Amino acid sequence: MGLTLAEKILSQRAGREVRAGELVVVEVDQVMVVDSIAGSFFKRLEQLGATPRFPEKVAIVIDHVAPAANVEVAKAQKEIREWGNRHGCRVFDVGRGICHQVLVEEGLARPGGIVLGSDSHSTTYGGIACFGTGMGATDIALAAASGRTWLRVPETVKVTFKGRLAPGTTAKDAALEMVRVLTADGATYMSVEIHLVDGAESLTRSQRLTLANLTVEAGAKCGLVVPSGEILELYEIPDWLYPDPDATYAKEVEIDLAALTPRISVPFYVDNVEEVARVKGKRVDQVFVGTCTNGRLDDLHEVAAILKGRKVAPGVRMLVIPASSQVLEAAAADGTLLTLLQAGATIGTPGCGPCMGRHQGVLAPGEVCVSTSNRNFRGRMGAADAEIYLASPRVAAASAVAGYITTPEELEVGRA
Amino acid sequence: MPRVWKFGDAINTDDILPGKYAPFMVGEDRFHTYAFAHLRPEFASGFRPGDILVCGRNTGLGSSREYAPEALRKLGLRAIIAKSYARIFYRNLVNLGIVPFEAPEVVDALEDGDEVELDLERGVLRHGPDTFQLTPPPDFLLEALKEGSILDYYRKYGRFPGEGRGG
Repeated sequence: MGLTLAEKILSQRAGREVRAGELVVVEVDQVMVVDSIAGSFFKRLEQLGATPRFPEKVAIVIDHVAPAANVEVAKAQKEIREWGNRHGCRVFDVGRGICHQVLVEEGLARPGGIVLGSDSHSTTYGGIACFGTGMGATDIALAAASGRTWLRVPETVKVTFKGRLAPGTTAKDAALEMVRVLTADGATYMSVEIHLVDGAESLTRSQRLTLANLTVEAGAKCGLVVPSGEILELYEIPDWLYPDPDATYAKEVEIDLAALTPRISVPFYVDNVEEVARVKGKRVDQVFVGTCTNGRLDDLHEVAAILKGRKVAPGVRMLVIPASSQVLEAAAADGTLLTLLQAGATIGTPGCGPCMGRHQGVLAPGEVCVSTSNRNFRGRMGAADAEIYLASPRVAAASAVAGYITTPEELEVGRA
Repeated sequence: MPRVWKFGDAINTDDILPGKYAPFMVGEDRFHTYAFAHLRPEFASGFRPGDILVCGRNTGLGSSREYAPEALRKLGLRAIIAKSYARIFYRNLVNLGIVPFEAPEVVDALEDGDEVELDLERGVLRHGPDTFQLTPPPDFLLEALKEGSILDYYRKYGRFPGEGRGG
């Protein structure tokens, strides 16, 4: 009986064959700490009387409230810089970008590796077949102190995406469809192993990161995309980093990309996914393009293609926050930013932006936001009754132009 | 007598502690006073140490923010009874020394405001004339909880529970 991709990675690391259900203690390649929990992380290490065992394996990213929004945050971020210097740990400061994007860009997350992040969307690393998983401050501190962590080897849900994306759809629509099919707790404690077949292999690294990012919204411990296509050119993939053909799966799901239609997640649950057509016409106050889900260069390109020669509707605020400084620089160099600015969008500092309602676009009571992010929980971006609709960058851009939820294709119809 | 605070399914960490009230936003001394600020504004002032949370399915989904359960711990929470838990939240509870019991039938039997008595170590819950035997957490977690929390365990033994005994 063969092994799943999660079992392969954990077996390789444990130095023996391990299977779903076993508890293993494994060495980790990178411990990622974000600004919002750094204070708790320092406190836990103090409680342990420990310092990072391998300082080079600890990275702190200032992204959740960057730049600082108030004095408390400024103090916390000052402490991060001092602590990083004192212990020789990497600190990625204000403007470098969102933790997950930065770790991929910096090569700190690698195929076959294990990365623990103090952020639930650490499943994102699975886009490059890196076992990424989110944990709280205590687990993260223990991992920094010991260089190891304990994990229950997860069961696996196999999700097969087949075919090429239907016109007008994106990896985000595919990811939302996956969450709808699995439901918000359909993959709890499990690995979601994503197979791309019959043309879907052509999905890029960025698109794979989007798919892996959303697996946590089905409760997953990790979301591993089986290496293929562009990943084989970008990385050296070891022979063992593939699931066995006779691996055992708890559940198998197939999604036909060619039959996909634009999707939108309706408040207040991520798995509350509808066709965009079902909520078309809903008035919009704010549109937010960015985050670890959809703040990469290809996302900005999609938005620019729709905004080119158009204007954001009066009364709509259009916020674009690139996922990293590299994305921002590339978008500046190729003219994307100018297109966005000419359409009436505004550009924010690379980071998480208003995703968790702390700054840079907090919503007032009753407001409606179309966001390319990953969570639409009640009160997430501000007022408790503000509504967040999660969609692709294309749908976000079209909705900004229309002033109500719609697709680029519908905009064209309106124009004719 | 301790009381039950009952919630429904899919209580997420944004419900438990909205992001804007994170300790690094409002201060270490205040963040717990915003627990359930959106959902039940009376919670933080009304909760008494020893009270228990009773929740439905997929409890604690969402962000990894350990300061959400930490806010509850600061208010004096030692146990949750739920139908099921989200993964990161479950680990965070154990790490903070909050016992996560899983017992769907007990959740259905309890109402908000019910008075109960809970023996944490034995997992025995008394509710009026009824007594429920809850399934205690797995050994790995119990071992850690015996020392207080996983932090206390690691500080004392320099290893994780079970580590170094048969791999």
